[in-house]
Amino acid sequence: MVIEERTETPTFRAKRCSLCGTEFGCAQGEPGCWCESVVLHRETLAEIRELAEDCLCPACLTSFAERDRGEAPAGRATGWAKAVPHTAVRARGVSPGWGLGALLFVLGSLVFALAIGPVSIGAGGIVESAVSHLPLLHVHSPLTTVEEAILWQLRAPRVVLAALVGGMLAIAGSAYQGVFRNPLADPYFLGVAAGAGLGATLAIAYAAAGSGAGELLPLAAFAGAIVGVAGAYVLGRSTGGAHATGTLILAGVTVAAFLTAMQTFVQQQHTQTLRQVYSWLLGGFESATWHDVALVSPYIAVSATVLLLHRRILDVLSLGDEEAASLGLDVRRVRLLIVVAATAGTAAAVAVSGLIGFVGIIVPHTIRLLVSTSYRAVVPLSLLAGAGFLVLADVLARTVMSPSELPIGVVTAFFGAPFFAVVLRTTKRIGP
Amino acid sequence: MSAAVDVREVTVTLGGARVVRDVSTTIERGEWVALIGPNGAGKTTILRALAGLVSFAGQILVESRAVAASTRREIARLIALVPQHPQTPPELTVAEYVLLGRTPHIGYLATETRADRLAAERAIARLALRPFAERSLGSLSGGELQRAVLARALAQEAPILLLDEPTSALDLGRQQQALELVDSLRRDDELTVVSAMHDLSLAGQYADRLLLLDRGRVVAAGAAAEVLSEASIASYYGANVRVIRENGSVFVLPQRETS
Repeated sequence: MVIEERTETPTFRAKRCSLCGTEFGCAQGEPGCWCESVVLHRETLAEIRELAEDCLCPACLTSFAERDRGEAPAGRATGWAKAVPHTAVRARGVSPGWGLGALLFVLGSLVFALAIGPVSIGAGGIVESAVSHLPLLHVHSPLTTVEEAILWQLRAPRVVLAALVGGMLAIAGSAYQGVFRNPLADPYFLGVAAGAGLGATLAIAYAAAGSGAGELLPLAAFAGAIVGVAGAYVLGRSTGGAHATGTLILAGVTVAAFLTAMQTFVQQQHTQTLRQVYSWLLGGFESATWHDVALVSPYIAVSATVLLLHRRILDVLSLGDEEAASLGLDVRRVRLLIVVAATAGTAAAVAVSGLIGFVGIIVPHTIRLLVSTSYRAVVPLSLLAGAGFLVLADVLARTVMSPSELPIGVVTAFFGAPFFAVVLRTTKRIGP
Repeated sequence: MSAAVDVREVTVTLGGARVVRDVSTTIERGEWVALIGPNGAGKTTILRALAGLVSFAGQILVESRAVAASTRREIARLIALVPQHPQTPPELTVAEYVLLGRTPHIGYLATETRADRLAAERAIARLALRPFAERSLGSLSGGELQRAVLARALAQEAPILLLDEPTSALDLGRQQQALELVDSLRRDDELTVVSAMHDLSLAGQYADRLLLLDRGRVVAAGAAAEVLSEASIASYYGANVRVIRENGSVFVLPQRETS
């Protein structure tokens, strides 16, 4: 419909904008109203009619038109135009750029880690070989049988396990930091490390000679970690009260000190196991197998999923217990759920890799400094960045002093700390 | 029609001390009630009890629903609380902060729907925060921050608004503006307002009714002209004041004792 020029002016009546409440003049749909000059998409107009109760003021309507401008061809809105409240209000979350970047980082580090080793295998060959293993695709692997075995039986389980553990430690760290509103919280915070250390030491010390601690060790470490956190939680909760998080942190410190004392005692009683215990405590993926991957995957999948689903809740918790409660959260139950999820995943990761430090603290803080402090960004990006980071750290651990291996905890701290220092110095923002 | 809030013989004990004793009052829909009284009189504790954040003896009915028997989410849909010192994570944008007010309407593990974003948008527009929507909370002035906190409470779309010392951090002009704003929100959105207030003159001018508390008890209740007298302020606040009544308003002026 073409609007003809009119000489008569319609009657403008005072009206309040449905959106911002500002008073403005409206011709109630009569021809000649100012709103006819605002160009909107037809879709936008339909949206407007559906969502706004009544007309919008010039400022609001124009902000809509500006949103539409620059998009594909504009239809001319005629007659009684109501503008949709523009819904620029949203939480930032993960921007497509950062999301894609993090995914590429993980994929790149996986391929890189698979390619690096005493026998060099090209990235192209790795990708083709990977595709050849997919069903329904008739691609032949360019690799020899030996290369295939090295790639898929030696390197792949190690790389995949490092990715799973790195992602888990980082996402658990971000969740612990959120739930305790404490920037120094890490996945080992509540007694996981001390409990797992005791469990592993007991397994190594008392495992029946000959059978070795091999099978028993992960289970003992896992159980120890769970017992440690459960102990801290029960202790912290029973003395609870207004300063619930502070109490829980102190309970964690108490339980950890007690378990560490027991671990040291057992260790001193069995000095012949010192070396084995020490190498387990430092952590690593030297003996990773597909069996380990299968063992931890379910825990990590469930744990990471639960934590990912809590990313908005973690933002609510950043307002403090009292305000989170006044917004309808049962804070104590929410905290328990997040702690249980993070602990189960961390305990599984620790069971197969030992105590790898630094990942759970450096990765989430790097995300905070680079991207955003909102947990909508920190939680998912920590998962991805943690996976890539630990895969690369493991590459260094096995190549720097090849053929012998560096403990991966040394690598994460040695290369992670300076990197974090650079990030800290070059950005103005401060952690949570 | 039932009252918005019905408080029946409520007693709150915190750490062995009875900080609120046998308080009873009925607050009608659309009413603005101000809780006044010296420090430690129990104003904040009563607000926390209304919001179900502290356990109490007695009964509180909010929109005919017993607070003690309701879930956190049910209460949060009826009552929005603006604490005296709200936590405002400096990195959150105003838009993100206001969206958090939608929590009682969002499924536990869900994210905001378009309707939630529109409700937040309305609250932002209502408090004239549109230009600040993408600004971080840390970059706002005290008055702007106060409006952001009010917007978050408004986005909650609860019929009852609890304000704990809403103007304590604001200058003289901002205090008046904030209270005018609360009053217009109350009229437009038919909100019931309960506020704890230190400034007695402002409390008298904005609230329909004052509850004067002392050591946990209600010692006087009614319109400003009835509650605010030189004698009662001297005895409960231990303050030497002049009370001036002019054009239906009551002004409380502190006066230094001259020997």
